[in-house]
Amino acid sequence: MTGHIEPMVGRYVHVELDGTAHRIYFEEAGQGIPLVCLHTAGSDNRQWRYLLADEEFAKHFRIIAFDLPWHGKSNPPADWDGSEYQLTTARYTQTIRAFCAALDLDRPVVMGCSIGGRIVLNLAIDHASEFRALIGLEAADFQAPWYDTTWLNRPDIHGGEVCAALVSGLVAPQSPAEARMETLWAYKQGGPGVFKGDLYFYRVDGDLRGRTKAIDTNVCPLYLLTGEYDFSCSPDDTVRTASGIAGAEVTVMEQLGHFPMSENPKQFRRYIAPVLEKIQQQNKS
Amino acid sequence: MKKSDPVNAAFAALPALLEGDTALIQRGRFLDVDCLLGSTEQAFHVAIRAGRIVDMVPAPVLMRSWEFGYRATPEAWTAFWQPMPKAGWHDLLSLTKRGEATLDGEIRPFMTHLQYFKDLLALPRKSGGAA
Repeated sequence: MTGHIEPMVGRYVHVELDGTAHRIYFEEAGQGIPLVCLHTAGSDNRQWRYLLADEEFAKHFRIIAFDLPWHGKSNPPADWDGSEYQLTTARYTQTIRAFCAALDLDRPVVMGCSIGGRIVLNLAIDHASEFRALIGLEAADFQAPWYDTTWLNRPDIHGGEVCAALVSGLVAPQSPAEARMETLWAYKQGGPGVFKGDLYFYRVDGDLRGRTKAIDTNVCPLYLLTGEYDFSCSPDDTVRTASGIAGAEVTVMEQLGHFPMSENPKQFRRYIAPVLEKIQQQNKS
Repeated sequence: MKKSDPVNAAFAALPALLEGDTALIQRGRFLDVDCLLGSTEQAFHVAIRAGRIVDMVPAPVLMRSWEFGYRATPEAWTAFWQPMPKAGWHDLLSLTKRGEATLDGEIRPFMTHLQYFKDLLALPRKSGGAA
């Protein structure tokens, strides 16, 4: 073969959630410490394609990124009757744990962005011993809403257009045009009501204020990194959250917004490489 | 000179800037709306037909109605139009979140054509803004 073939490989794993079979798509690359990556609300695992293609990280980490059901190449379950999709804290937590169990991952690192960052906090609260380290990107226990989510799914407005246009402001202006385009393209491709359904977890069901103080970073280290241009989960939101968690490490990332891994992969690498290095060293000791 | 004058000048240049952006006109080809755009000190009645600004006059105009209004402080527009705006001053909805802009009225046309309005109101950024 003479064509350039990227290193990640995609497969499906069958995972049972509440007695219902789900066919979950994931891509992986590399060997070593399992590193499970969670996409943002309304998007899919393509956000992690640069990390999956990173040859240096792949030397030490088995990088895995899956599509939540209803997202990307993970279809809704076969028995879905078309009723409103709503992600809950319990369902999201269950999905991550079931996915990790189905792949027999040994105390993986989980890195999530946005809703993925929020659920990482919940994993730290309730299931810390199952994980080697947790990384929350654009993560906070709560953030003030800045739009009404009912605009995301209604018959008179194109859902893909409005979802992408809304989140376009969360991409930092320094981001390369092609990476910005790709980041927004995933939003234009999302299923109807899926972004809105994810935000049910974010806005309604997943308020972790008052619970994060239970996090013990001695059991599982916690790293929080937020882009300076993220006005949805602002640096202040993350710093406020971290201030109540002893041992949580916080980084504010310059020239990045709400989608650091996809909107500006090179800039993100500058910030995530030291975190992964630290986890690698911790694993050796 | 009022502090909003450079902002007014930037708004006055919007129709010509839009005429030079055929992709943006194409994006707005199904958009017909009468709206109120501008600063908190001076807004403009803007009539858009098929994605083109066909009329734009300073408000108030006696008994002229509008569907939605987006107005920001002169300071916010000046920051928004910087070639590389600072965090929090870089998006129409970051300005509303921080209380530097208001979005009023029947906002369905604005939401239906959200990227159009974001791009339209960012046009002065490419031409020197209000600096």
